[in-house]
Amino acid sequence: MIRFANLYGELDSTTKTNEKVSAMVNYFANVEQADAAWATYFLAGSKLRRLVPTKLLRKWAAEEAGIPDWLFDESYQSVGDLAETISLVVPPGEVCDDAPLARWVTERMHPLGKMDEPDQRRAVIEIWRHSTPAMRLVTMKLITGAFRIGVSKRLLTRAIASHSGIPTEVVAHRLMGEWEPTAEFFQRVIDDSVDATLPSQPYPFCLAHPLDPKEGPAPLGEVEQYLVEWKWDGIRGQVIRREDSTYIWSRGEELMENRWPEIESAATQLPNGVVLDGEILAATTEGEVLPFAQLQRRIGRKKVGKKLLAEVAVVFHAFDLLERDGCDLRDQPLADRRVQLEQIVEQANHPHLRATELITQSSWGDFAETRETSREHRAEGLMLKRKDAAYDVGRVKGTWWKWKIDPFTIDAVLIYAQKGHGRRASLFSDYTFALWQDGTLVPFAKAYSGLTDAEIRKVDRFIRQNTNDSFGPVRSVTPELVMEVAFEGLQRSSRHKSGVATRFPRIVRWRHDKQPQDANSLADLMEMMPD
Amino acid sequence: MDELLRLTQHGLYCPAGDFFVDPSRPVHRAVVSHAHSDHARWGCRRYLAAKPSEQLLRLRMNADATFDFLAYGEKETVGEVKISFHPAGHILGSSQIRIEHRGRVAVVTGDYKLGDDPTCETWEPVDCDLLITESTFGLPIYRWEPNATIFAAINQWWRDSQEAGKCCVIYGYAVGKSQHLLAGLDPSIGPIFTHGAVEKANDAYRRSGVALPKTTHVGSVDGKPNWQGAMVVAVPSAHGTPWMRKFGRVSTAMASGWMAIRGNRRRRSVDRGFVLSDHVDWGSLLKAVELCDPETVWVTHGSAAVVARYLNEQGRDAKVLEGQLRREGDEDESVRGEVDP
Ligand SMILES: [Zn+2]
Ligand SMILES: [Zn+2]
Repeated sequence: MIRFANLYGELDSTTKTNEKVSAMVNYFANVEQADAAWATYFLAGSKLRRLVPTKLLRKWAAEEAGIPDWLFDESYQSVGDLAETISLVVPPGEVCDDAPLARWVTERMHPLGKMDEPDQRRAVIEIWRHSTPAMRLVTMKLITGAFRIGVSKRLLTRAIASHSGIPTEVVAHRLMGEWEPTAEFFQRVIDDSVDATLPSQPYPFCLAHPLDPKEGPAPLGEVEQYLVEWKWDGIRGQVIRREDSTYIWSRGEELMENRWPEIESAATQLPNGVVLDGEILAATTEGEVLPFAQLQRRIGRKKVGKKLLAEVAVVFHAFDLLERDGCDLRDQPLADRRVQLEQIVEQANHPHLRATELITQSSWGDFAETRETSREHRAEGLMLKRKDAAYDVGRVKGTWWKWKIDPFTIDAVLIYAQKGHGRRASLFSDYTFALWQDGTLVPFAKAYSGLTDAEIRKVDRFIRQNTNDSFGPVRSVTPELVMEVAFEGLQRSSRHKSGVATRFPRIVRWRHDKQPQDANSLADLMEMMPD
Repeated sequence: MDELLRLTQHGLYCPAGDFFVDPSRPVHRAVVSHAHSDHARWGCRRYLAAKPSEQLLRLRMNADATFDFLAYGEKETVGEVKISFHPAGHILGSSQIRIEHRGRVAVVTGDYKLGDDPTCETWEPVDCDLLITESTFGLPIYRWEPNATIFAAINQWWRDSQEAGKCCVIYGYAVGKSQHLLAGLDPSIGPIFTHGAVEKANDAYRRSGVALPKTTHVGSVDGKPNWQGAMVVAVPSAHGTPWMRKFGRVSTAMASGWMAIRGNRRRRSVDRGFVLSDHVDWGSLLKAVELCDPETVWVTHGSAAVVARYLNEQGRDAKVLEGQLRREGDEDESVRGEVDP
């Protein structure tokens, strides 16, 4: 467990990719496979479910430290991270239990979930007494489900590949899908003598790179070399039909069971040994795509009722074929895969399975005009994909491009601020923005990204000097700062004071040139609302 | 008690002695706890401080001022009060200022710490009726490790970086922190170099009789030496400046109490953060209050509201020193803004 805590510390304290990889390689080289499996599991972003309510952890930590609850809360305010606060406030442990990570998870953490409160308390305090502050930080993050680390799956894959000598693509494939973090699993990942693919296992997703909106697509080359389709705002998914079973995976590698019955039904019409890549969209079976707000009604529903199913149907818009007759097609050129995709979709002949519409134009200029009409089609822009390219797993840049339409932007006034988390835990870096309505400022969006670190420090100073009121952690400040806020979409919402909800709001720039009275009004925002 | 010390625009003022304690602006007569610029204000006409701070104060204050120095424990009558200085353990010459008037005793801690530090005299408790304490790190999240542990980690980092062919650059405030650091470095590992501001303070320390390992001012080095495996002690403001380029591949570290919090470590964008502070942590602050056993505590500088509330709940009469003394400057970690470069 000390090794894992150290690994966390090393990954947490460096931004250099090579150092991260070498920290992981070093870790894998020095632990048992069961530990390597658990580390892989956590580094890949999987979490334990929350095993102990944070409310109780705060209470016990205060008791163990011999401080009143309010003082724990003050400490938490200052640190900005619960697990870290606990690791600092609770007195150092008496002994240090350096059992392997796997044993810590299975013997000390997992059982917490099934205990009653007094037993939980005893077990948690025992964890504290048997750990160093570094171990405590990691265990508290794990048992509160807040474990997060700045390692991409690609880096993790690279580290395991470098540790084992297995090619990166093979490791990447074996890490896909759902698996149990066991020694056997890790052995399968790094074993070169086994064909480790399971029927449910998806392929790593090919990702598109954003096109520089200023340059446009001209530098990409000839227009004839590309397949062009709409960039949809749905749920990216892989539909697998193997051995008479269907598996639908999200890009976040979540197996989506029973959530898209229409698509499952369509998949039964596919032959075995087929894998499709595409987008799940709320759409009519005639092909018309519905607003994202409609799809949102289906997202997050584990089971879909009849009524909702009738009101919002989904259609799988397939844009790639990764496997046919059980053969991996990813090395074939896209143009060839596309021809086969169309055949397969036609043979399946199901209203909830379509091949994406291809758009043909004779010049990039014409495509630029098409792109301008994206919002009318409820698309986010265009996708440009090289016809001769293999289905690439993000190693080479430049086979798939997303050419998104410009976001909506509006000038708004900063009125509330709150301290950030993680790296910005001690700075006021989460802001609420407001727009004018009848001479008052109405909050409409929260944004916490887009400024440089230097700007954040300046805003932080402004907030500290211009706080008029505090509500818990939230500071109300003199409305003076104007910022340009961008967002991707808008929809009506009764839960918001302003009556609208924005999608992905973020700060474009600080408008030093504008006074608060120059900011936009709520009416200006309403005008941007689609249909 | 209020008549013994009161807070004015220029800082704490003692009417019975007609002097200011650690004034925030130039005044006619300043009684000064230590040589950091947020306590020893440049431009005063007259300074009274503890004898061991003489070299540092003369180095840093206006030369036309009149200086008076007292040995630790020695009493001097100023107006109607008796003043004496008692070790605060913060930096060389740092003192708690004891002010006695008609049998009542007030103690102003200045900045202080309880741990041992070979570069200055160790803090000792002073019985008093009123204690005015700093609270820079007055939250239970701050708990310093023993010096031996911290320096073992720093020296290990030095050895590891040396093995990796890198030059170590560690940042600490020029006066106090740097010398505390130097005293803990293991000079058998490699050569130690210093930033100009650090070396100046080193000279003052050495003149005062404090033993420090051999150091070489970076600016005095001729030619192109091999920096690999060396340790450079520099001021925090040097981080990321062109001055750093000459060292080639470096591993950087910051030594400060603020490094206890991960967010601060990251914002500093240094490779390592070592939690080495010259201020009291939560536990030692409480211990100091207990040992001095004052009737009343005024809390200033940092988490004053939290500490005052906690002490009140523990049954001690405590309050926040209203309109906390404004602190400026960037040479002591008690100035919170310093975390920002
Ligand atoms: Zn100081
Ligand atoms: Zn200070």
